[in-house]
Amino acid sequence: MKDGVNGVALAVFIFFFVAVTVMGFLASRWRRSDNEQTLDEWGLGGRSFGTWVTWFLLGGDLYTAYTFVAVPAAIYAAGAAGFFAVPYTILVYPLIFTFLPRLWSVSHKHGYVTTSDFVRGRFGSKGLSLAVAVTGILATMPYIALQLVGIQAVLDVMGVGGGEDTNWFVKDLPLLIAFGVLAAYTYSSGLRAPALIAFVKDTLIYIVIAVAIIYIPIKLGGFDEIFAKAGEAYNQTNPATGAPRGALAPGEAGQWTYATLALGSALALFMYPHSITATLSSRSREVIRRNTTILPLYSLMLGLLALLGFMAIAAGIKVENGQLAIPQLFETMFPDWFAGVAFAAIGIGALVPAAIMSIAAANLFTRNIYKDFIKPDATPAQETKVSKLVSLLVKVGALAFVLTMDKTVAINFQLLGGIWILQTFPALVGGLFTRWFHRWALLGGWAVGMLYGTVAAYGVASPTQKHFGGSSKEIPGIGEIGYIGLTAFVLNVVVTVVLTFVLRAVNAPDGIDETSAEDYTADAGDKGVQVELPPATAGAGH
Amino acid sequence: MSETPDAPRAPEEEPPVVTPVRVVIALCLIAPFVAMLWVGSYAKIDPTFIGIPFFYWYQMLWVLISTALTMTAYTLWNRDQRARKAARQSARKTQNGGASA
Repeated sequence: MKDGVNGVALAVFIFFFVAVTVMGFLASRWRRSDNEQTLDEWGLGGRSFGTWVTWFLLGGDLYTAYTFVAVPAAIYAAGAAGFFAVPYTILVYPLIFTFLPRLWSVSHKHGYVTTSDFVRGRFGSKGLSLAVAVTGILATMPYIALQLVGIQAVLDVMGVGGGEDTNWFVKDLPLLIAFGVLAAYTYSSGLRAPALIAFVKDTLIYIVIAVAIIYIPIKLGGFDEIFAKAGEAYNQTNPATGAPRGALAPGEAGQWTYATLALGSALALFMYPHSITATLSSRSREVIRRNTTILPLYSLMLGLLALLGFMAIAAGIKVENGQLAIPQLFETMFPDWFAGVAFAAIGIGALVPAAIMSIAAANLFTRNIYKDFIKPDATPAQETKVSKLVSLLVKVGALAFVLTMDKTVAINFQLLGGIWILQTFPALVGGLFTRWFHRWALLGGWAVGMLYGTVAAYGVASPTQKHFGGSSKEIPGIGEIGYIGLTAFVLNVVVTVVLTFVLRAVNAPDGIDETSAEDYTADAGDKGVQVELPPATAGAGH
Repeated sequence: MSETPDAPRAPEEEPPVVTPVRVVIALCLIAPFVAMLWVGSYAKIDPTFIGIPFFYWYQMLWVLISTALTMTAYTLWNRDQRARKAARQSARKTQNGGASA
C-alpha cells in the first residue's frame, strides 16, 4: 500500500467525487420553496421528504463510512464480538416504531427543530433543554471527526495519504479539499445536499457489497475456506494479552457484553441529533412508520459487510491499523477500476453523514443555545445564518481534531459520545410518553449517568491504552462485563425515578407543559399540522 | 391549544386500551429483543450454512424475521387506528344527530 499511487482507482474516485459535488450544489434548487431563509428550509429540507428520500437519508445518515470501515475492522481484529452491530440495528427499528411517530407529531405541531426544543416545551425547563443540546453537540463532534478518519483510510490505501516523511500539508491536502467542498455545499444547500447525494452513496455501496460478497468468496475458495482460516487466526495467541485473538462465536463470558452493547447502542442511536434531523425532515408520520419496515435492508447489508472482516483474514491481509483492513482488501482483490468505485462509495459515505451531523449540531446550537440564551428575539433569517456558520465551525473543529490529534482520541471520544447521548433517553423518550418525571429529577439522572459513564470509560485499560481502552466494564452488582453506557443509563433512570418521588413529595415547582395529549398522535392533514411549516418560530413563540 | 376538543366522548364507545390485536402488535415488537439479547441461544458454530457459522447466519436471518414482524405490527396498527377513528366518527355523528333531534 505504500507502493505509490493507484492511478486508475484514484481517477475513478475523483470522478465520483466531482459528480457528487456538482449534485451537492445543484441540490439547493431541488424542491425549493419560497421561504428559503428559514431553519426549516435549510436545516430540515422544508420537512417535505417522502418515504424513499427519508429512507435514503436515514440510511445514509446512520450507516456511515466509519461504520463501513469499523465494523469489519472489529471483526478482523477480534471475531464474533464485532458482529454486535447486527443485533443492534435489528433492535433499533421495533424501538423507534414506538416512539418516533410521537416525536414527529409533537414536533410538527409546535415547530420543534431539535430534540432539545421538545424537551424545553414539554418540561418547561431551559436547563434540561441545554443539557440535552450540549450532550448532542458533544456526542456529534467526534462522530464527524471519525468520518474524516474513514476518508483518510481510503486515501491512505490509494497511496495519496503520503508517508510519514511527507510534509503535513501535502499529506493532508486531499482531506482538506474533500472537506472544503463538503462545507461549501452544506452551507449553500442545507439538508437537501446530503439527501440527494445519499442516493449515489447507497447505490454505490449496494453495488460494492453485492459484488464483494459474491466475487471475493469465489476467489478465496468459498465460505468454508474463509471461516476455517479465520478460526485458525483467532486461535493464535495475541502476544499482548496472552489470550487468543478472538473467536468465531462469543464464549460464555462475552455474551453479556454482546447483548448489552447491542441494546445500549440501539437505545442510543435515535438520540443522536442527526438521526432526529433526518426523521423530522419527513413529510408525515406514516413515512416514519413505513421506514421502520424498510430500513432493516441496511442491517442486512451491514451483516454482509461485517463478513468482509473474515475475508480480509482469509485473504492474508496484514495491517497494523485495523481501519485499513477493508480498503486494503478491496485493493488486493478487485481490479483497479472497481477498487476505485469501492473507495468512492466509502468516501461519499463519509460526506453524507458528516453533512447531516454538522447541520444537526448547528440546529441544536442555534435553537437551544443561541436563541434561548444569547439572542431570544432572533429572526428566522438570523437563525438560519447562525446555523450555517455553526455548521461550518463544527466541521472545521472536526477537521482540526483529526489533523492535530491522534486518531485514537477521536475514537475514544466517539465511544464516550455514545455513552453520553444515551443519557438523554429518559428526558426525550420518557417525555414522549409521560409527564410524570420531574424536570429537575431528569437533570439529576442525566448528570449522574454522564459522570458515571465518563469515569467508568476513563478507567478501562487495554493492552495498548491506559484509559478509554474499551466500552465495557464489570456491571456493579451483577459482576458480568457489560456496556458502560447501558449501566450508566440504568443508573440514570433509577436516580430520575427516586428524585421524582422526592421532588413530588416536597412539591417542587413543575415546569409548564406547552403540549397536549392529542399533539402526540397528530398527523399531516390534521388541524394545526402543516406540511410545510411557516418560519421556524412557531415553537419559540410560546 | 387553539383546537377545541372533540365532543365529549361516551366512554363505552371507546374500545379498551388493551385489545388482542394490540397484544399481538406488542409481541411482534418485543420478540426481536428476546431473540437477540438471549445470546446463549445462538452462540455456536454448528449448523453452518454454506460454510457460514450458525452465529452469523442466524442473526442475519433475524434481520428478515424482525422486518416481517415490524411490517405485521405496522399493518395491524394501521388497521386498529382506522377502526378506532371510524368508531369515534360514527359515535360523534350519533351524538350530533341526537342533539339536533
